[in-house]
Amino acid sequence: MKKYIEGRALFVIPIMLVLSFFTFALTYLSPSDPIALRYERMGAVPDQELLEAEREAAGLNDPFLVQYWNWLRNVLRGDLGKSYFYGTSVWSEMTRRIPNTLTLTGATLLLTVLFATPLGILSAVKQGTWVDGLIRFISFFGVSMPSFWVGTLLMYAFGVKLKLLPILGSGDLQHLVLPAVTLAFWMVSLYVRRVRGSMLEEMNKDYLTGALAQGMSRRRVILKQILPNSLLSVITMFAMSIGSLLGGATIVETIFEWKGVGKMAVEAISVRDYPIIQGYVLWMAIIYVTVNLVVDLSYHYLDPRIRLGGRR
Amino acid sequence: MNSYVKKALRSPSFMILLCLAIVLILIPVFAPQLAPHDPLETNYAASMVEHSAEYPMGTDQIGRCILSRLIWGGRTSLLIVFWVVAIVAVVGILLGVVAGFAGGWVDMLITRVNDIVVAIPSTVFVIALVSVLGPSLRNTVLAMSLVGWTEYCRVSRALVLSVRENNYVDMARMGGLSEAQVIKRVILPNVFPYLLVNITQDIGANLLTLSGLSLLGLSSQPPTPEWGFMLSEGRKFITAAPWLIIWPGSVIVLHVVIFNLLGDSLRDILDPRWEKKERKWRKMRKWQTNA
Repeated sequence: MKKYIEGRALFVIPIMLVLSFFTFALTYLSPSDPIALRYERMGAVPDQELLEAEREAAGLNDPFLVQYWNWLRNVLRGDLGKSYFYGTSVWSEMTRRIPNTLTLTGATLLLTVLFATPLGILSAVKQGTWVDGLIRFISFFGVSMPSFWVGTLLMYAFGVKLKLLPILGSGDLQHLVLPAVTLAFWMVSLYVRRVRGSMLEEMNKDYLTGALAQGMSRRRVILKQILPNSLLSVITMFAMSIGSLLGGATIVETIFEWKGVGKMAVEAISVRDYPIIQGYVLWMAIIYVTVNLVVDLSYHYLDPRIRLGGRR
Repeated sequence: MNSYVKKALRSPSFMILLCLAIVLILIPVFAPQLAPHDPLETNYAASMVEHSAEYPMGTDQIGRCILSRLIWGGRTSLLIVFWVVAIVAVVGILLGVVAGFAGGWVDMLITRVNDIVVAIPSTVFVIALVSVLGPSLRNTVLAMSLVGWTEYCRVSRALVLSVRENNYVDMARMGGLSEAQVIKRVILPNVFPYLLVNITQDIGANLLTLSGLSLLGLSSQPPTPEWGFMLSEGRKFITAAPWLIIWPGSVIVLHVVIFNLLGDSLRDILDPRWEKKERKWRKMRKWQTNA
């Protein structure tokens, strides 16, 4: 197992190199000048000499490969560089944004687990009844709606009409409700369908008949046998969802002005803030590796077949 | 293939959904005949009308007819989506078939590239590409295609590997068919029906992605009507004119729902057993893009 984890961790190095090189190349190709953009934002009109001097100082006049190499060397030393746009260090910008994304992700996941699991079980157990039909109908629409449309409608209902919740901004609990519910609505719909599907698949297996024949109660069979087995197949997908939420729910963060990493990345892209973009790529790589590792480990502990296979 | 057609003709739900989908596609095609107004025509005397005899779905902030804009908007939205789906299906299936058939280093290279593209969060990647290339119809299609092909590649590679094991492929080769002919005549016909489901449901998924891009101002440029863009413009007037977002949103949902249901029933026709294995994997990737 240890060897396996090492292999996984090693695989991320080529991915990291390719990704960072690719993002660097992309931003390098873009026509606009980040230094000029920064002054533009401050409302100042710098003369050409000053711009040139700043570009020189930021290393923007060096050839592409030199710039890339300098960046890479600094990252290996633990220095992510300074944002062209904000003027602050990438590290401090990231540490300001990441907690917000973590909060939003946490809240969304909590809602998803709390609602999707019982609803999915209910829908599978009551297969073919009106309860099942209703749950499936709503969840089908849940996955078919653009998330920012749902967000805007919720904003209109709870923020504008009922005046219960603030519409924009980030930070406290009140601001968290609408974006979390928007994301959770879509996530819950998705997972209700998944949980239902894998529960039904498990229910068709022979061991169920065996357990019932031995006199186990239906409730016990569902909770102790079917549920753990069917959740196993949901785990991989769930981990990928966590990964994509941690990467920043760009759209939802944008409409609710939630200051997370997804919004940061999009803003950085629009002003060509290379250091921030590269910092974001690094964050994504960390998430990718962690998520994959957690999935493998959870399989290892939850599925005895894999565990036994690993010992051999 | 013929037995599939027969089965499809006998399934009422499939036929109804197919007709609905065709109607949805025909509406923007006949936009000049169907739309009551010019989608760009402004009427300041009647701006922000909720609904009237002249404007059944109301007007926007500068008095343009929403119904007409929605009908014309389908041209842009659906055109982008169909282009993307066509490109990713062709490229993805081709790469997957080549990888599965060739094996060796070709297979490894394609699979590795596939892994890397999957590892990048697709929303951010598309946004990055479009903003670097500059927002335009062509660049939007290009960026969405660059992230969309992996699914087809992976599925068709897996299908080719499983088909390859069958004796009839060896038979065909022994019968004197070249590698290219084997792919074209034996493998593709076997693989394509399964991917047809993917293609249908990709239309819905891409509509959702596109509407997200439009929100950030990265698809069509004003004043060209486009559904996602209409939504993002309508957000500014949410308190005064909620119908500006209700109608375009409903139209997007309608399209996504119809194409998804069509895909579902298509899958039932092609192979009921297939659901268990492939659907799980397909869904996993597809729905990551809507956040």
